[in-house]
Amino acid sequence: MSTPLIEVRNIGKTYGNVIALRDVSTEVRAGEVTCVLGDNGAGKSTLIKILAGVHQHDQGEFLFEGKPVRFSSPREALDAGIATVYQDLAVVPLMSVWRNFFLGAEPKKFGFMLDGRKGRETTKRALAEMGIDLRDVEQPVGTLSGGERQCVAIARAVHFGAKVLILDEPTAALGVKQAGVVLRYVAQARDRGLGVVLITHNPHHAYPVGDRFLLLKRGAPLGNYTKAEITLAELTRQMAGGAELEALEHELRGVQTS
Amino acid sequence: MSVTTPTSGSGQESDRATTSTKDERVASVSLTNRLIVRPEIGAALGALVVFLFFSVITEQFLTLSGVATWLDDASTLGIMAIAVALLMIGGEFDLSAGVMTASTALVTALLATQAGLNVWLALLLSLVFALAVGGFNGWLVMRTGLPSFIVTLGTFLALQGLNLGVTRLVTGTVQVSGMRATEGYESAGMLFASTFSIGGQPFRVSVLWWILLTVIAAFVLVKTRFGNWIFAVGGAPTSARAVGVPLVRTKILLFMTTAFAGWVVGSINILRFASVQANQGIGLELQFIIAAVVGGCLLTGGFGSAVGAAIGALIFGMARQGIVYAQWNSDWFMLFLGIMLLSAVLVNNALRRRAERVRR
Repeated sequence: MSTPLIEVRNIGKTYGNVIALRDVSTEVRAGEVTCVLGDNGAGKSTLIKILAGVHQHDQGEFLFEGKPVRFSSPREALDAGIATVYQDLAVVPLMSVWRNFFLGAEPKKFGFMLDGRKGRETTKRALAEMGIDLRDVEQPVGTLSGGERQCVAIARAVHFGAKVLILDEPTAALGVKQAGVVLRYVAQARDRGLGVVLITHNPHHAYPVGDRFLLLKRGAPLGNYTKAEITLAELTRQMAGGAELEALEHELRGVQTS
Repeated sequence: MSVTTPTSGSGQESDRATTSTKDERVASVSLTNRLIVRPEIGAALGALVVFLFFSVITEQFLTLSGVATWLDDASTLGIMAIAVALLMIGGEFDLSAGVMTASTALVTALLATQAGLNVWLALLLSLVFALAVGGFNGWLVMRTGLPSFIVTLGTFLALQGLNLGVTRLVTGTVQVSGMRATEGYESAGMLFASTFSIGGQPFRVSVLWWILLTVIAAFVLVKTRFGNWIFAVGGAPTSARAVGVPLVRTKILLFMTTAFAGWVVGSINILRFASVQANQGIGLELQFIIAAVVGGCLLTGGFGSAVGAAIGALIFGMARQGIVYAQWNSDWFMLFLGIMLLSAVLVNNALRRRAERVRR
């Protein structure tokens, strides 16, 4: 088997005396989706912040393409090829799609001019390659739906040469249909050979696209499965707290009968 | 299903899979729809109405000398308005912009008349002073994270005090005059305060400055990466920073641009009138902001146009002089201004809602 793009071994992070993350191991391979699942406060954000270079791990090993790394800034992670799409998407609503697409990395003409035509055409092509069909790249991003904005942000990361794409709860604020659309682009990015890290608390969104599932609970791994090892039902059960939920069910039943 | 955004709520979601139909769909967006998203369209219509109105009801408005008069009135206001507009698009205010036009004129005049410097050298030092104050405004706003409204209100008051205090200290009065006798006055005057003739009617060179700076500002805003950054830092600063836009540098440069415009106007004034009052320029800062808002700039930043601000200034100049030609009391100008501003804000608000409308 080839070297994974990202491999973390027993990685851990403490903030002062708070253990935010401990003993977490997983891997991200090219053309695969690694899903990180967990409830609020499970350590999902801490893990992706380490991968994205926002924070640094203080235990364990973080290997990128087989070599141990420690990114000191998001810029460094980005330059290495790890792009992160946060929930706020880092888009400017009043600016057009293509201006957003190239923001911070504008195509230049004569050294200082903005190459608008190249920008528009490249944006259109990059979006089309991802199967996103926008009628007009001149429209403000604010007129797009939440799902579409997410897709533009994904397409931007793919276009600028990301090897690993980290998506922070991309489906959290979306309706069922829009979430489906976003998941399709996640699959699209995967099929283009990117390693994808998908953070979510919805097993129904994770299971169809995921190849690998890392479950976190209170900063510790609850389980690490490949798709062959786990069913959707089992994933859901574990996510929902599994045994705890059954106990709660018993309790509630007791309340009803008494 | 493909991801599309029908702009006019049509019900043909299913047949949008192919990319070849894309251009046809763009063409289907009506011309009015295209125009309405231009920030300056409201101002342009307003200017047309004001122009026609005064052309019809007064004799002098449309004569060459009339045109020269209201263009001159609009020009110095316009030079400031476009710089203030860029800053507003970048999400900040500069209340010290008005008094800056007096400060720069005073620095030039004091250096030339009291210190005996060549006017060109005095102008250069005055420019350095202006850029330093602008840079300080920007640095302080970025460093403290305080609203620029408050920070520049502070600079505004400080400059106002300095203008009066230093002038009285040096000259014993509250004005500096005697520029005509200074070395280099004639040649510097050619650049800032001469006239050019069209059809026998002299026009002020400030009109050319105004047009030139409008063209430059519009070009920078729409056609350069710096322009892209201006929109971004005004529209969503955190997002802009996240994708690598140099937020602090962009904003500081915008404050320095406003100060630069203040220097241009200050130089025009001192070389034209050869004297300057220490209390000049106070209250003008609001006029600049009004012109920018009438021209389509959002008070909250991220949207607007330099050409719009120039047109806003034009409306100002036309109305102010038109009211004189119509021999009305100038009190009516304020009423006009209020109505103009309110309608501009209402139109802007509707436009922004249109642009920010989210579809799920």
